[in-house]
Amino acid sequence: MLIRTRQLLACLLVLVTGLSASAFTLADEIERWGLNMTQGVTSTSRDIYGLHMDIFWWCVGIGVVVFGVMFYTMIVHRKSQGAKASNFHESTTLEIIWTVVPFLILIVMAIPATNSLLKIYDTEEAEMDVLVTGYQWKWKYEYLGEEVSFFSNLSTSRDEIEGRAPKGPNYLLEVDEPLVIPIKKKVRFLITANDVIHAWWVPDLAVKKDAVPGYVNESWTYIDEPGIYRGQCAELCGKDHGFMPIVVEALPQAEYDSWLLAKREEASKLKALTEKTFSFDELYAQGEQRYNTSCAACHGSSGEGGVGPAIKGSTIATGSVFGHLGMVVNGSANNPMMAAYGPQLSEVDIASVITYQRNAFGNNMGDSVQPIDVLKFKQAQ
Amino acid sequence: MNRSVEQSNRRLTFKLVGVVVGMFIFAVYVMPPMYDLFCEVTGLNGKTGGRYQATESIVDTSRQITVQFVATNNESMPWSFKPQLQSIKVHPGEEVEVRYLATNPTSSPMVAQAVPSLVPFKAAQYFHKTECFCFNQQPLDGGESAELPLRFIVDQDVPKQVHTITLSYTLFDITDKLILASSDR
Amino acid sequence: MAHGPAKGFSRWLFTTNHKDIGTMYLWFSFAMFLMGGVFALVIRAELFEPGLQIVQPEFFNQMTTMHGLVMVFGAVMPAFVGLANWLIPMMIGAPDMALPRMNNWSFWILPFAFAMLSSTLLMDGGAPNFGWTFYAPLSTTYAPPSVTFFIFAVHIMGASSIMGAINIIATILNMRAPGMTLMKMPLFVWTWLITAYLLIAVMPVLAGVVTMMLMDIHFGTSFFDAAGGGDPVLFQHVFWFFGHPEVYIMILPAFGVVSQIIPTFARKPLFGYASMVYATSSIAFLSFIVWAHHMFTVGMPVAGELFFMYATMLIAVPTGVKVFNWVTTMFKGSMTFETPMLFSIAFVILFTIGGFSGLMLAIAPADFQYHDTYFVVAHFHYVLVPGAIFSIIAAVYYWLPKWCGNMYDETMGKTHFWLAFIGLNLTFFPMHFVGLAGMPRRIPDYALQFADFNMIASVGAFMFGAAQIMFLYNVIATIRGKHKATAEVWDNPEGLEWTVASPAPYHTFSTPPEVK
Repeated sequence: MLIRTRQLLACLLVLVTGLSASAFTLADEIERWGLNMTQGVTSTSRDIYGLHMDIFWWCVGIGVVVFGVMFYTMIVHRKSQGAKASNFHESTTLEIIWTVVPFLILIVMAIPATNSLLKIYDTEEAEMDVLVTGYQWKWKYEYLGEEVSFFSNLSTSRDEIEGRAPKGPNYLLEVDEPLVIPIKKKVRFLITANDVIHAWWVPDLAVKKDAVPGYVNESWTYIDEPGIYRGQCAELCGKDHGFMPIVVEALPQAEYDSWLLAKREEASKLKALTEKTFSFDELYAQGEQRYNTSCAACHGSSGEGGVGPAIKGSTIATGSVFGHLGMVVNGSANNPMMAAYGPQLSEVDIASVITYQRNAFGNNMGDSVQPIDVLKFKQAQ
Repeated sequence: MNRSVEQSNRRLTFKLVGVVVGMFIFAVYVMPPMYDLFCEVTGLNGKTGGRYQATESIVDTSRQITVQFVATNNESMPWSFKPQLQSIKVHPGEEVEVRYLATNPTSSPMVAQAVPSLVPFKAAQYFHKTECFCFNQQPLDGGESAELPLRFIVDQDVPKQVHTITLSYTLFDITDKLILASSDR
Repeated sequence: MAHGPAKGFSRWLFTTNHKDIGTMYLWFSFAMFLMGGVFALVIRAELFEPGLQIVQPEFFNQMTTMHGLVMVFGAVMPAFVGLANWLIPMMIGAPDMALPRMNNWSFWILPFAFAMLSSTLLMDGGAPNFGWTFYAPLSTTYAPPSVTFFIFAVHIMGASSIMGAINIIATILNMRAPGMTLMKMPLFVWTWLITAYLLIAVMPVLAGVVTMMLMDIHFGTSFFDAAGGGDPVLFQHVFWFFGHPEVYIMILPAFGVVSQIIPTFARKPLFGYASMVYATSSIAFLSFIVWAHHMFTVGMPVAGELFFMYATMLIAVPTGVKVFNWVTTMFKGSMTFETPMLFSIAFVILFTIGGFSGLMLAIAPADFQYHDTYFVVAHFHYVLVPGAIFSIIAAVYYWLPKWCGNMYDETMGKTHFWLAFIGLNLTFFPMHFVGLAGMPRRIPDYALQFADFNMIASVGAFMFGAAQIMFLYNVIATIRGKHKATAEVWDNPEGLEWTVASPAPYHTFSTPPEVK
C-alpha cells in the first residue's frame, strides 16, 4: 500500500513538472491561435497582459496543487481499495495556514495591479483630445480644436450578415470612417453618449470606458506602432449593440497630419457642395450607398422593411417631398427608434438618400432633392 | 406549535419585516440623496455643484490651468450648440466669463436643459460656477439664438497635478417634459 | 389533525405542509430551468455560426434577458427555497416551518409572476430586451411597453423571496429541537440561515430600484435621467448593491448541500465545521462591500476602483478555506462515488475554476479587457452551472429517496452526470478563450475569428440540454419506481432527516427529538 502511494506521488510529481515545463511553450501556442488576450500595442496593454498572465499562472499553480490532492485522494482513499476512513475533523493550525498563505498571495498580486491602475488613471499632459460619442448604433468622433468631426458606421453589408454574400475577413469589424490618430502621442479620449449607455473598447489599446449620456469619461492611449486596431461596443445598447464596431488607424505623425488636413478640406468642400446642383444619377448613386449604411438595417436592404416600415410603396416615400424631408430630418414624432438624421447626416447625404428612397424599390416618383433644398428646409422650420 | 414558540415567531417576524421595510426605504430615500451628496462634495462623477458665492480671493499668477469647453446634443436635440471659445487659460482664483452659443433652428419654441460634466473628476470640486446657463432651463423661440454666459473660478487649492480641465455640457430637449408637467395641473 | 394529506388539486393549492410546498417549489423550478434552457438554446443556435440565421437582433436581446431572469429568479432561487422547505424542519427536528400559511402564499405567487413575465414575449414591443441587469436608460426611456409587467413580476418574485427568508430565519432561530445549539446544526441549515439574512437585506433594495425605474418611466421623476439632474450610474450602484449579494444568495445554499453530501460518501465528518461557519459568514459580510467590481469601466475615481478591487480579492480567502475544508474532508476517507458524490466533486473542481476566473476579474486593470466579454460569461456560468445547478441536482439525487421512498437507478444517474459534465464543459470552457480574444457579450453575431469555439459551445449546449431531459426521466422513474429505499438510504449518513422513514411521513417530529 505504501509503495503504491509513493509510486503515485512520483507520477504526480512528474506530471506537475512536465506540465509546468510545457506550460511556456503552451502559452506561446495559445497566443498563436489567437485565443489569449492580445499583448496590444501600448505600454498599458502590455502591462495588463502581464497582470493577466501572472494571475493566471498563480491560479494554475493553486489549481494543480488542490486538484492534485483531490485526484490523489479519489484514487487512493477509496472504499473499493480497502481504505479505512479516519476520523480527524478539525485543525486550527491548518485553518490558519490556509487563511494566511492565500492572503499573502493576494497581496503579491495586488501590488502590480495597483501600480498599473494608477498609471492608467493619469490622463494629464495629453497632446490631443478626441471627443467620442456613442449613438444607437454608431460612433461619432470629434477632434477638439480641429473642426473635424464625423460619424463612424459599420460598413459590413447586410448581404454578408444575412448570408447572401461571403463574409469578408474583417466581418463586423470594419467601418466607413475609422478614427485616425498619430502614433507616439498621448491621445486623450473624452467619452460620452447620445442616448443610452455604450462602451468604447479597443483590445489592442486596452482602452475600455463606458459612454454615459449626460456625463463625460476620460481615457487615454499612447500607441507605439502604426497599424489598424479593431474593437467593439462593450455595453448592451439595444438591437444593434453587436453592429457598432470601432476601428482605430494609427499613423506616423506626418501621415496623420496630411490626413487631418484632408479632413479639414473635406469639411469645407462639403459646405461648398451644399450649394452645388447634382445630377439625378449622382444623387441616386450616393443615396444608395448612404441608404445601405444608415437605413438598411431597419428598413431592409431592398426597402422591404423589418424593424422599421417598408420604404417600398411607403406613403412617406411616395408622398410629398416636404413630408419625406420632415421624417428624415426630424425623425418620427411617434417612434423614437426613427432618429432625427438632420444633425447626423450632411445635406448632401440627406438629399441623396431621399432621392434614392423615392425612386428605388419600384417607387419611381421621378423627383429628386438637392442639398440646398435640405438646408432651406432646416432653416425654415 | 406551542404558544411561546408562536409568540417568538410573531415577534421575530415583525422585526424582520421592519428590516425589509427599512432596506426599501434606504434604497429609495437614502441611497440616491447619499449618492448625490457624495458626488457633490467630492465631485467624483464630474458633477460641478450649484451656484457659487464668490468671496475675495487671491489670484495665483504662478500657475495656469487650461479649461476646455465641449458641447454635445442629446438624442435628437436639433439646436446648434457650441462654445464660443475652444479653450482658455486661467489662473486659479481668477473669475472668468465665457459664452456658449445656442440657436433653435426649428420654427417652434423649445426649452432646453444643459447638464454639465467635468473631467478630471478630482478637479470637479475645485471648479466653481458663479453664473451658469445650466442653472436654469433655456427657452428659445423658433429661429432665435442666444449667447449663454458661464462665469467660473478655478479654486486656488486645485491639486498641483491638474493642468487641464475639460467642461462638457450636454443639451437636452425638455420641451415635451414641460408640456406633460403643465398638463397635469 | 394528524390525518394524511387532502386529495386532489386542493391539496396542493391550500397546503401548509413544508414537504408539499418544498415539492411544488422544486417542480416549479425544474419547469423554469427547462424554459430558461430553451431560451439559452435559441441563443446558442443563433451563435452556432457567424451571420444572422435564425432570429433578429431584437428578439435575440429578449432571449438573453429572459434567459437570465428566468434562471436566476425562476430556477436557482426557487430550487434552493424548495430544498430549504423540505430539509430544514427535518434537519432541526421541527414539525414544520414557522409560518406555514405564509409559506403557501410565498410559493403560489411565483407561478403567477412567471406567467406574467413569460407572457411579455407575446406583447407589443416584445419581452424585456435590456439584459437581466436592466441598466437605465435602456430599461427606462428606451424600454418596450412590457417593462411595466417586468417590474411588477420582479416585485412579486421579490416578495416571495422575502417571505420565504423571514420564514426560514424564524424557523431556524425559534424551532430547533432542544439540544440542537446553533453550532450543532447541519451546515446546510447554517448556510441557509445566512442566505436568508442576505435576502431580507437586499431583495428590498431590488424592489427599490425597480420602483425608482417605474417612477422615472411613468411618473416624471429623474432618478436615472441626466436631463432632470439624475445619473444613470446611480442605477448601477443601487442595482449591484442588490446584485452582488444576490449571487452569494445563489451559491451559499450550494455550499451547504455539498457540505452535507461529501462527508456521507467519504464516510468521514465534515472537516473544520466551525471554520466553515465563519467562512460562510465572512463571505456574506464581504458580499456587501464589493458591488462596484461590476462597474470598473463606468468611470469611478481611482480610490473607489482600488477599494473594490482589494475587497473583491479578499473574498477569495474564505472561499478558498471552504474548498480546502472539503478536500480535507475527502482526504483519508473511505470514498464511494454514487451520483450525488459525482455531482459534488464536480462542484468542488469546477466551482473552483469559476472562482479562479473570478479572481482574475477582480484585478481592476485586467478587468478593462475582460468586462462585458465572454470571459465574464464563462466565469459566472462556471459558478452557476457546475456550481449552483450541480449542487441542486446532487441534492435531488441525495434526498429524493428520502422524499419519495424509492432509490433512483445508479447507472442512469451516472449517465446523466457524465453527459451533463461533458456538455457543460464543452459549452462554457471555450467561452474563456473567445472572451479573451475579444468577443463582447450580448451580441447575436460575431467576427470570424470567434467562429470555431462558438460552434463547439453550441454543440455542448444542446448536449447539456439533452442531459436534463434525462434528469427529468430519472426523477419521474424514481418516484414511480419499485426499488424501495431504507430510512438511512446511504451508509451511516449524519442528520435527523435520516432517522425518519423513507418516504418521510407527512408530519415528522410532531414531538421534538432528543439531540445530544
